Amino acid sequence: MSNYPLLSLAIWTPIIAGFVVLLTGGDRNAPLARMLALLGAVAGFLVTIPLWTGFDVAQGGMQFVELQGWIPRFNINYHLGVDGISMLFVILNAFITIIVVAAGWEVIQNKVAQYMAAFLIMSGLMNGIFSSLDGILFYVFFEASLIPLYLIIGVWGGANRVYAAFKFFLYTLFGSLLFLVAQMYLFFQSNGSFSILEWHKLPIELGPQIWIFFAFLIAFAVKVPMWPVHTWLPDAHVEAPTGGSIVLAAIGLKLGAYGFLRFSLPIVPDAAHELSGLVIALSLIAVVYIGFVALVQADMKKLVAYSSIAHMGFVTLGFFMFSALAIEGALVQMISHGFVSGAMFFCIGVMYDRVHSRQIADYGGVVNTMPKFAALFMLFSMANAGLPATSGFVGEFMVILAAVKFNFWVAFLAATSLILGAAYSLWMYKRVIFGDVANAHVAELSDINAREFAILGVLALCTLWMGLYPQPFTEVMHASVTDLLRHVAISKIQ
Amino acid sequence: MEMQKLYLLIPLAPLVGAMIAGLFCRIIPRWVAHTATIAGVAISFIASVLVFQDVMAGNTFNGTVYTWMTSGEYTFEVGFLIDTLTATMMLVVTFVSLMVHIYTIGYMQEDPGYNRFFSYISLFTFSMLMLVMANNFMQLFFGWEAVGLVSYLLIGFWYTRPTAIFANMKAFLVNRVGDFGFILGIGLVLAHFGSLDYATVFAKAPEFVSATINIWGDQQWSLMTVTCICLFIGAMGKSAQVPLHVWLPDSMEGPTPISALIHAATMVTAGIFMVARTSPLFELSTTALSFVIIIGAITALFMGFLGIIQNDIKRVVAYSTLSQLGYMTVALGASAYSVAIFHLMTHAFFKALLFLAAGSVIIGMHHDQDIRNMGGLRKYMPITWITSLIGSLALIGTPFLAGFYSKDSIIEAVKFSNIPGSSFAYFAVLAGVFVTAFYSFRMYFLVFHGEERFGKEAHGHDAHHDDDHGDHHHGLAPGQKPHETPWVVTLPLVLLAIPSVIIGYIGIGPMVAGDYFKGVIHVDSVAHPALSQFLEHFHGAAAMGLHAFSTPPFYLALAGVVLSWFFYMKRPDIPAAIQRRFSAVNTLLENKYYFDKINEFVFAGGARVLGKALWRVGDVGIIDGLIVNGSARLVGWVATISRLFQTGYVYHYAFMMIIGLFALMTLWINRA
Repeated sequence: MSNYPLLSLAIWTPIIAGFVVLLTGGDRNAPLARMLALLGAVAGFLVTIPLWTGFDVAQGGMQFVELQGWIPRFNINYHLGVDGISMLFVILNAFITIIVVAAGWEVIQNKVAQYMAAFLIMSGLMNGIFSSLDGILFYVFFEASLIPLYLIIGVWGGANRVYAAFKFFLYTLFGSLLFLVAQMYLFFQSNGSFSILEWHKLPIELGPQIWIFFAFLIAFAVKVPMWPVHTWLPDAHVEAPTGGSIVLAAIGLKLGAYGFLRFSLPIVPDAAHELSGLVIALSLIAVVYIGFVALVQADMKKLVAYSSIAHMGFVTLGFFMFSALAIEGALVQMISHGFVSGAMFFCIGVMYDRVHSRQIADYGGVVNTMPKFAALFMLFSMANAGLPATSGFVGEFMVILAAVKFNFWVAFLAATSLILGAAYSLWMYKRVIFGDVANAHVAELSDINAREFAILGVLALCTLWMGLYPQPFTEVMHASVTDLLRHVAISKIQ
Repeated sequence: MEMQKLYLLIPLAPLVGAMIAGLFCRIIPRWVAHTATIAGVAISFIASVLVFQDVMAGNTFNGTVYTWMTSGEYTFEVGFLIDTLTATMMLVVTFVSLMVHIYTIGYMQEDPGYNRFFSYISLFTFSMLMLVMANNFMQLFFGWEAVGLVSYLLIGFWYTRPTAIFANMKAFLVNRVGDFGFILGIGLVLAHFGSLDYATVFAKAPEFVSATINIWGDQQWSLMTVTCICLFIGAMGKSAQVPLHVWLPDSMEGPTPISALIHAATMVTAGIFMVARTSPLFELSTTALSFVIIIGAITALFMGFLGIIQNDIKRVVAYSTLSQLGYMTVALGASAYSVAIFHLMTHAFFKALLFLAAGSVIIGMHHDQDIRNMGGLRKYMPITWITSLIGSLALIGTPFLAGFYSKDSIIEAVKFSNIPGSSFAYFAVLAGVFVTAFYSFRMYFLVFHGEERFGKEAHGHDAHHDDDHGDHHHGLAPGQKPHETPWVVTLPLVLLAIPSVIIGYIGIGPMVAGDYFKGVIHVDSVAHPALSQFLEHFHGAAAMGLHAFSTPPFYLALAGVVLSWFFYMKRPDIPAAIQRRFSAVNTLLENKYYFDKINEFVFAGGARVLGKALWRVGDVGIIDGLIVNGSARLVGWVATISRLFQTGYVYHYAFMMIIGLFALMTLWINRA
């Protein structure tokens, strides 16, 4: 294992790169800004690679730990570390950053440096979230990461961007304030510690556990998002530029889900057991209800946004069944969703750039003019529908199998996603891609260029790799998930 | 070690072919695409023959290729199980696939998607081989879904036809309904057996014979019954059993070679294969077997009726396939798994033959598929005619031909079955013999004999193929004559006709009566004695063929042929009169028992209405309208009120301060 502060590098490399990009100034220097941004994103990705190669799969605890005093007066520390649960998300985040920089390459012509910088800075902040072991540090990163995304939607977004940006910001801010209150309570209970790992050991009575659980639940449920606090997501996606949608879907939604595993389950395990029925019910509503809602969307981005909510329902469902297969399935689903939904939003972006419409009705017969694109879009639509040999299958399969053991009817409802997912994905595909050329816009379409092909090709390889050989992904999770389950099984009530 | 490399080569050779033809479909010339894919499948076929010989020598194999994933206490692997059942399926799949590959050179020669088509059918061959070679349920499911994907791609191969892209989505979604049950069945297996590996599960199965699970309230259900019915729902989707059969007739929108390969010979039999493979589980639940036999019997009889009124040559064969799949399912339900597999094999040959012959007719007729526009083709297409006749005779169960041995074995086994529902099934399969003979020879006579009805004026055939696909001319021009197809088309017909004649005679001894499937297919002959009782009466293939002339099925088939000859060759006015007289029945059949209409209205329509309601009322109305925007309005309202106090005029503020000062002083004074 290396002695380099890898996690600090993962956080600060993109942030510093972001500020450097900002220095290039106005759009006269846009080519330079793009090059610097790409360099920063690639550098940010490269520094995360040793996290995987140097990861000790036998160890369940934190690795690559960094600990330094930050605000000694309140015992707040710059405390970083990753385990088998968080490590993959740091890498996924750094990888997606390259994708979004490339995705905005020619499309963004306005305030290029600021656009690129926002994504780089956000990437660093999100890495901070996944690697923070200090409550306040986590909170700072958690809140700070909202700002770049808020700006991305608000500045580079669509017509109704201000409404969407406000809705997004207020929704998530509302959730996280309760989260801060819960942290304060834990700080005083633990005699002045903000260490998340200390809180894991802290004994708490059931009453306060329930209160804390709800504070966490509201904060994280908004982020995931879970039904019924999900309505900001379709609006945010519709108004966000393509890159914003990719990051939001691929990484943004994972923050809330990650919070459940890092905070809710280990800090208040008794409440988590007590209220698991509630979360499972909400998750199943997300799968079934949102599946039907996705079916009738006329706007492609809304459709994929709703399908994201349904897929995240599998994640929260997996977490609260308390078995290794379910939790690992949920984690696999999170990573897979990063690839697949990122690719889906990029595909929609590709069409939007050419036709300037996201309405399904404005398309039809795209395969006639964009055959390469149609083939790749097919792959991702199938992955979205959970076809075996794509990553989309693995997580759903694991969670459904675990659910059968947990309760047959939970599995029954979860498995409806096999039908609903195929219905909304393939129906959209049929209307957009197949058929005769529907109108003059479609007739004029040009197939994807080399840059677009490269982005989709890389995502396709990731999707297939994870579908055909998920072992490298689950292998790193085992020890940490086992530790987590062992910990959650022990009551904290004394 | 040598053999293991060979096992790996069998699925991978077609995959490599598919990748060459698919990834480079825009840059390679056509001969590269078909050479690469045919070479891949030919290698696969030769290797399958070698494996078959090796298996016959007693060498079976069950091992892992790689560990797909581990999670919790479970291990999921990709691996092969090579035994007689697998070897049989491998031979059937690779042989039919090879024939179809060769045939495609002729059938698709004018199509711009030539390379893409070869890529798909090779990819299909790979997927189907992975399915049959699997040694666990997970890989089975992989292959299961992969063949579904390729079927989807191929039904929608002509992607500008509205009917084709509707049919392929329908096929995928209906199959997904089956998969929904299938995955729950797999989940039950994993939850209770702790593994998805066939060998482990089957070894443990007897322990679970009386295990129960609590599904609803306090009711205890037999675990094996629930599991087997869930698994069988998967088979109902893939093998097109009522009510999940609706996708198969529509799948005829795909090019004919894949109708032969996928929708007749191989993919649709995956469900039959799966039940035979999991016979150790099904044997533990008489209830599940009863469910199987009833579904199979309904499919066998009622789908046959629909074949009678079809006028599209491919749809007649499609309904015949549905009916024959019902026969196989009935055999499964009677615990005659080996007979089901035997019929699967004979059916694969003669039905692929019939489909490819139908395709040959379609080429000869310049893509007119309506049998009402044909007639007298035997003069112009002699090879197609003879091979079609052989296929039809095999299908209806002419003694000594392939279909006879497998179909009569099914009928005999069902006769001895004591499963609830078996008497209905016996009636259904017996009546089905007559129906099969009638619709098969109706088509045969209308196509190859009688008056030449082609090349007249513009024909008003069914709307299915009235598309504007530029590459397909339609029907023969006036005065034009049909022509025999090139050798790449007729050669596969001849090669398929050979096994359609002889494979039953050769196969029945070892496969049904012998111990070919010993240790592979498990039958509890005490509880389900149908097959063993049938075998007590079996005295060799020749004796069975001779004995047939004194059994009802033979006369039923003969009656069907004679009646169809009389109706369609001698007195064509009679069927028309019957149609008029029994118009209600005719309407019912023409609407295919209204399955499509019900599905479209209740399920497709219902889902859209529900989705709209949930979205408009739930999301837009209550959550956003009432709660989110409502709280925003509340904040705005409070702010509007409080804004009144912030006028910005100094004298207002000064006045307020004085009022406040007074109030405070009053309080202070009163307190004192």
